[in-house]
Amino acid sequence: MRKIWWKILCVVIIFYVIIMGFIGPVPRLAIINESIRNTYFHVALWLAMTTLLLLSMVFSIRYLTKGNIKDDDIASEVAKAAIFFGILGCLTGSVWANYTWGDPWPNDPKLNGAAVGILIYLAYLLLRSSFEDEQRRARISSVYNIFAFAVFIPIIYILPRLTDSLHPGSGGNSTFGSYDFDNNIRKVFYPAVIGYILLGLWIAELRIRIKQINRVREEALIESGKL
Amino acid sequence: MNEIKTLIWKEVTLEWRQKYAISGMLLYVVSTVFVCYLSFNLRRNQLTPIVWNTLFWIILLFTAVNAIAKSFSQERHGRLLYYYNLCSPQAIIISKIIYNSLVMAVLSVLGFVFYAFVMGNPIQDNGLFSICILLASTGFASVLTLIAGIASKADNSATLMAVLSFPIILPMLLMTIRLAKNAMDGLDWSVSTDEITTLLSIDLIVITLSYLLFPYLWRS
Repeated sequence: MRKIWWKILCVVIIFYVIIMGFIGPVPRLAIINESIRNTYFHVALWLAMTTLLLLSMVFSIRYLTKGNIKDDDIASEVAKAAIFFGILGCLTGSVWANYTWGDPWPNDPKLNGAAVGILIYLAYLLLRSSFEDEQRRARISSVYNIFAFAVFIPIIYILPRLTDSLHPGSGGNSTFGSYDFDNNIRKVFYPAVIGYILLGLWIAELRIRIKQINRVREEALIESGKL
Repeated sequence: MNEIKTLIWKEVTLEWRQKYAISGMLLYVVSTVFVCYLSFNLRRNQLTPIVWNTLFWIILLFTAVNAIAKSFSQERHGRLLYYYNLCSPQAIIISKIIYNSLVMAVLSVLGFVFYAFVMGNPIQDNGLFSICILLASTGFASVLTLIAGIASKADNSATLMAVLSFPIILPMLLMTIRLAKNAMDGLDWSVSTDEITTLLSIDLIVITLSYLLFPYLWRS
């Protein structure tokens, strides 16, 4: 029997985040006002996405060193879950930007970097789909995945800090941690990150299992001589 | 070291024997520049320095993608197998990167000369601009060489090359454009140290990664 405790934990955390996120106490700040609740969704989604991408890269490295095709399955599905979170993160960020900066897509380096990051990973999916042979696809897309992550981190986290960005932590704006990140937020924010990561793993796990079942069935078909 | 030198020499000889490739690329740059010149000819006074700068680097980007895309697909399968037996993959990728950087440097300098000839030359700090060209050609070459290696393994490599390389090369392109703008405005060099170090570190990351990852690509 597969372990289900972490799935229960995931559901509990997500509900906790949704309920506390909407009715819990938050600090009162000018301009941001109640929209600070979006921290639980937007910021946490981005952190979860980065963690999942890191995980995906680790499994790609593992595939290259050990050559086990299962590692590549994990890498690709985790990356897909991460892209899903990335798109959600963009959408929630867009809502937030609309109310605080007055524009759903202000010309901000971090936003553009995020869009480019998602493009990089969509290209990864395209690369995967252009190979027939499984081992070949796994090897080449693993190489690209590692390369992509190494470029993705500077785009999202380093380059925007060098220029003026509307986001906290860049261009002279202070980071969240410094003044307005009080304990009430922390109590919801950290569980939120963990909850999203668990949710992403859950999505990925289901898809990996489908993939592996399909593979076993295909092999059975080939062996029985019908294909 | 010796291996790398021989490999670079081999690339140069190969290029020299099939002159159509390099002359084709030169013609590509020249005709693109000329197309831009004629298109902007209608409203020449609207060609602000920012447009001038951006246009130049976009022309160079497309040139780089086209020039480097062929670096793996040009040679036949059998010959690649022959290299596979003879030399280490690290030597191959390093030699290809160095060779492609040289080609890109030549193409960008010639492209720049022609571009400045027809579109005017608003640059005030030529030294900084040449550093910019040098950094950009090494950077473009190192990113695109690995991507060309990846794309050459797939079937529709031309599309894949563009799709894979454009988002990855974007931070480098933006940094280059900013550095070039500083050179055009003739700002003090201390203003641009940020850009130069960022470009250098991106180059370094990319070259190290190519060095580490290429052996896995090569084996398949």
